[in-house]
Amino acid sequence: MQITTPNFKENATRALGDAALQKALKNVEIGFIAKRLAAADALPEFEALRDNARDIKNHTLAHLDLYLEEYEKKVIASGGHVHFAETAEDARAIILDICRKRNAKTVTKGKSMITEEIELNDFLEKNGITPVETDLGEYIIQLRGETPSHIIAPAVHLNKDQVEADFRRVHTHLPPERDLSQHEALLNEARQVLRQRYFEADVGITGANFLIAETGSSVIVTNEGNGDLTQTLGKCHVVVASLEKLVPTLNDCAQILRVLARSATGQDMSVYTTFSTGPKRADDPDGPEEYHVVLLDNGRTAMLGTEFQDMLRCIRCGACMNHCPVYHAVGGHAYGAVYPGPMGAVLTPSLSGIEVGGHLPNASTFCGRCESVCPMRIPLPKMMRHWREREFEKHLTPSAARYGLKFWAFFAKRPKLYRAAVSVVMPLLSVLGGTSRRISSLPLAGGWTKHREMPAPEGKTFLQAWAEKQAREGGR
Amino acid sequence: MTDQPSVGLFVTCLADLFRPTVGFAAAKLIEDAGCRLEVPMAQTCCGQPAYNSGDRKDARALAEQAIEAFDGFDYVVAPSGSCAAMLKKHYPGLFKGDARWEARALAFSAKVHELVSFLTDVMKVEKVESDFAGTVTYHDSCSGLRELGIQAQPRKLLSSLPGVRLAEMKNSDVCCGFGGTFCVKYPDISNAIVEKKKATIGETGADVLLAGDIGCLMNMAGKIKREGGRTEVRHVAEVLAGMTDAPPIAGK
Repeated sequence: MQITTPNFKENATRALGDAALQKALKNVEIGFIAKRLAAADALPEFEALRDNARDIKNHTLAHLDLYLEEYEKKVIASGGHVHFAETAEDARAIILDICRKRNAKTVTKGKSMITEEIELNDFLEKNGITPVETDLGEYIIQLRGETPSHIIAPAVHLNKDQVEADFRRVHTHLPPERDLSQHEALLNEARQVLRQRYFEADVGITGANFLIAETGSSVIVTNEGNGDLTQTLGKCHVVVASLEKLVPTLNDCAQILRVLARSATGQDMSVYTTFSTGPKRADDPDGPEEYHVVLLDNGRTAMLGTEFQDMLRCIRCGACMNHCPVYHAVGGHAYGAVYPGPMGAVLTPSLSGIEVGGHLPNASTFCGRCESVCPMRIPLPKMMRHWREREFEKHLTPSAARYGLKFWAFFAKRPKLYRAAVSVVMPLLSVLGGTSRRISSLPLAGGWTKHREMPAPEGKTFLQAWAEKQAREGGR
Repeated sequence: MTDQPSVGLFVTCLADLFRPTVGFAAAKLIEDAGCRLEVPMAQTCCGQPAYNSGDRKDARALAEQAIEAFDGFDYVVAPSGSCAAMLKKHYPGLFKGDARWEARALAFSAKVHELVSFLTDVMKVEKVESDFAGTVTYHDSCSGLRELGIQAQPRKLLSSLPGVRLAEMKNSDVCCGFGGTFCVKYPDISNAIVEKKKATIGETGADVLLAGDIGCLMNMAGKIKREGGRTEVRHVAEVLAGMTDAPPIAGK
């Protein structure tokens, strides 16, 4: 995708003025939050499970090399292939090679953010291969030529009437007078259109929610069953996953599954949780003839051992963005990157550089709601602050902010000078407040007064007034 | 006198500059709770603006300044969840790798409390005296709520006032959009967030909006008054101390 993160401010302003988007975003704010809360409240051990999930991933990351080796061995033992891809380009080349060897014309795809990250669809199309998204949300945005605006609900920025219009525009083989007024009608139509595509597909590409070192299995969780059809009906199953999806054992996977769906959609479990281990065996009734895993690094191992390592615990549940007031205001596309919301604000600079992604860790109020709901207890605000530090060290902070900060700090670090300055400035500012006790516009404070009044200071500073009171009362 | 715990009032830069009434209200509440209060004159700001802007050097310099200014008190109390969290939760991390200062910062942070939770949790204050009468609604400022667990404490003390009725707003735990420098760096997004907050405040029909952080209060008051709202805005300490003679934040 075209990264437009440097234009975040403009993107955000446009998003705020987009009435259809604002209507759609209400669903995030209302739906996801209440469902997660109900699911978490219904499980007394939920907080303990979060601790446990965090510990499992911390352990895995501390021994990532060992578990990767073990995983690779097990995949090979079950008849599959493992391909290590250091960059997005490497991953695309590996996948194209697999497709070409099967002479593939069509590939079906389960939902996969990693394939968004490596921009696989565009690449396949340029190479004469048609990618077909089979997750309903992904299918809708593919029809619209859009990217996902949410990591688990890719089309959450759309309303039903928009989807209906797209289906009528694209599904021209169906009678124009058909009734699409109900959600179910849209769902059924997508299901019918997609069903045939599964059988036509030469290759099925899915992501993975987990990779299990103990068994060499890949795991996907879905609610539509589309991922299962993608990986079992195609003749060749390609799993595209990033390294940090690894967990040591089946038991570890089962434990993290208990917090995943609850945090994401408020379900106890997703409708389908599917474990794939290798290709079809001789006595299996069905399954793919080939099984490949493309393991993507793309900057992740460089995060190990840094203050951003904790980010690699992320299981992509989306709870952080579901609870983020900034995401609620502007939606996912404004972030201009593959991953939006708080997790994207940490990950985007890791993947694309702070020079490109700098806005995102800044565009946070640090309200901490993301961290409070993260099933993996990732300290997202803390890591966003670390990005601000890197930015400040590299002198990338906008100069007005930097000089403003330095000017303020110069005084704040000199209490006597500070006292002298504020005891002159604040009473003057107070006078500007007149009888209304507020100021409507103030030089250098346009960012504040554009949308709100500046409350007038009361007059003397507290320390000034306190010192005078102490003097009057003869000190205490 | 000597058995009274000594408290250094960290008044916070915003209360110092914009809302001295909050400083006086905090002083009264702390003294009424049986503490000996002092206000060190060498205090300026906790350094959070620098810290959250990635400027660790200035943040650390200001942290050293605050730690030195508040040396020797039994407690350090601030009428702000955000500043108290900076002092309590973030100062030690600024000194990682400097054993002497880190130990000093840890000892300091252990003594720091946000005002209202200090009254209820440390001084075990069950009720306060205030003639204030009216319907109030309370916004949970983020840092106090999520970093210090302040939620029940202000409500408990407000409920001890016979004249006060608390009308809870929807989503009282959702950010108001202030976020320190965020609100001036991203004014349009901040505005969209505070607009929602303003609506939920309005729905309660409360006469007065209260919270424990002046930054958030200035943001919400500024928005309410820009739009002609009638809700008055005050720091919770003003109501708890019965010091509501000063005009509300951003006026009536």
